Amino acid sequence: MSDIPQDLKYTNEHEWARVQGKVVVVGVTAHAQQQLGDVVYVELPKVGATLSKGDSFGTIESVKAVSELYAPLSGKVVKVNEELTSSPEDVNTAPYGDGWLIELEVSDTSQLSELLDAAAYGELLKNA
Amino acid sequence: MARRTPLNEAHRKLGARMVDFVGWDMPVQYSSVIGEHETVRTAVGLFDVSHMGEVEFKGPGALETVNALISNDLSRISDGQAVYAGLLTEQGTFVDDIVAYRFSPEHIFICVNSSNREKDFAWMKEHARGVKPVDRGDDYAQIAVQGPKAAGLVQRLTKTDTSKIGTYRFAEGEVAGVKSIISRTGYTGEDGFELYCAPDDAVKLWDALLTEGQQDGVKPCGLGARDSLRTEMKYALYGNDIDDQHTALEAGLGWIVKLDKPTFIGKDALVAQKAAGVKRKLVGFELTGAGIPRHGYVINKDGKQVGEVTSGTMGPSVKKAVGIGYVPAELASEGSTFDVEMRGRQVPAVVVKTPFYKKP
Repeated sequence: MSDIPQDLKYTNEHEWARVQGKVVVVGVTAHAQQQLGDVVYVELPKVGATLSKGDSFGTIESVKAVSELYAPLSGKVVKVNEELTSSPEDVNTAPYGDGWLIELEVSDTSQLSELLDAAAYGELLKNA
Repeated sequence: MARRTPLNEAHRKLGARMVDFVGWDMPVQYSSVIGEHETVRTAVGLFDVSHMGEVEFKGPGALETVNALISNDLSRISDGQAVYAGLLTEQGTFVDDIVAYRFSPEHIFICVNSSNREKDFAWMKEHARGVKPVDRGDDYAQIAVQGPKAAGLVQRLTKTDTSKIGTYRFAEGEVAGVKSIISRTGYTGEDGFELYCAPDDAVKLWDALLTEGQQDGVKPCGLGARDSLRTEMKYALYGNDIDDQHTALEAGLGWIVKLDKPTFIGKDALVAQKAAGVKRKLVGFELTGAGIPRHGYVINKDGKQVGEVTSGTMGPSVKKAVGIGYVPAELASEGSTFDVEMRGRQVPAVVVKTPFYKKP
């Protein structure tokens, strides 16, 4: 069973969101990086980009495959993880830490209630 | 229900991630694609390639029969040698790419791609004039042992003197007590062997190689590493880099086409194309911008589509994003530049000398 931190929110697309007031840190889950295999390239949006929930905001690529990244919430990109340009493998080694992707300034906090909690995400994986 | 090789259970026990590959349930990776790739470059890796097909021609005139079907020339090699060749259409495009083994002029054994097994056999049956082909695909399992430590590993398991088996040569012998065709061929750019054995013996051979190979740092390797290794060498993959839409000359495989042979299917078209000049070519390129080229991406020059990417990867050994693709002949020389379109971005690329990977 993959690692599913209790304090995070999750999406059906295997992304996590760490809510820090109005700012939400976004990454991909341990399960997602496992499924991807060795991550070799991450394409992220520019700081200042405006995203609507469900928008593709970039791609994450392993040796073999390309996966789209989807915004878990609507908001403005206020930070991107520049380190991933030189160390994309951080997504594999620390998906909930150094492998974070972007920080979003959330425009509609009511969307937070639509995210899955750890238990619900665990169920999703069980039934996958 | 996907087809399974005799090693299917062994892969699952080793914790492989299995995927459907052209109707076969095959391991894509066991631990990590990059780790397996590096193991093949530095030590030794094992690949289950039992999904490949085999076709045999036996009887007086076998060599002549096959020679009329394939682009390379079996009369130029000796018994115990193999050639890489094209099975071509009348247009000089690929039905498949194959390896043909010359046991004797009366016995030719051919290895074909898994995705083309049925098609190739039907093609050979239809076009063979003389000896009839026999489909031996279900009679053989195949294990590739690849890497700088492959020769030592195989030698410790056989009485056959493998130092006498040069590149693209083969011998029949026993490996770990299993009757095998020991072929010094591969698809990785490294030294190594492809071992053909009976399906019932495959597990015994696989386990013996894994056990004996522990001291060499052996690892089982999946299709992911197989693909990144072959891409770094610019080895063609049927369905990606070669197909029935591109000729052998366009694919840069003129060296496997022997136009001085009396006849073979596709010869006339290739003679004509050679005289007229080849208009598009398969090239190897590196990205000079960020990203990874992938099969199907569009190649643009000055904003106009001029070609497409047939294969691409982040090369674990070359540490660069490399790709293969068809471009107009005028963009095919080393140093030529074009753009690869990735999700609306134009990423610059430059044609480089191949193989991408050179041994240190």
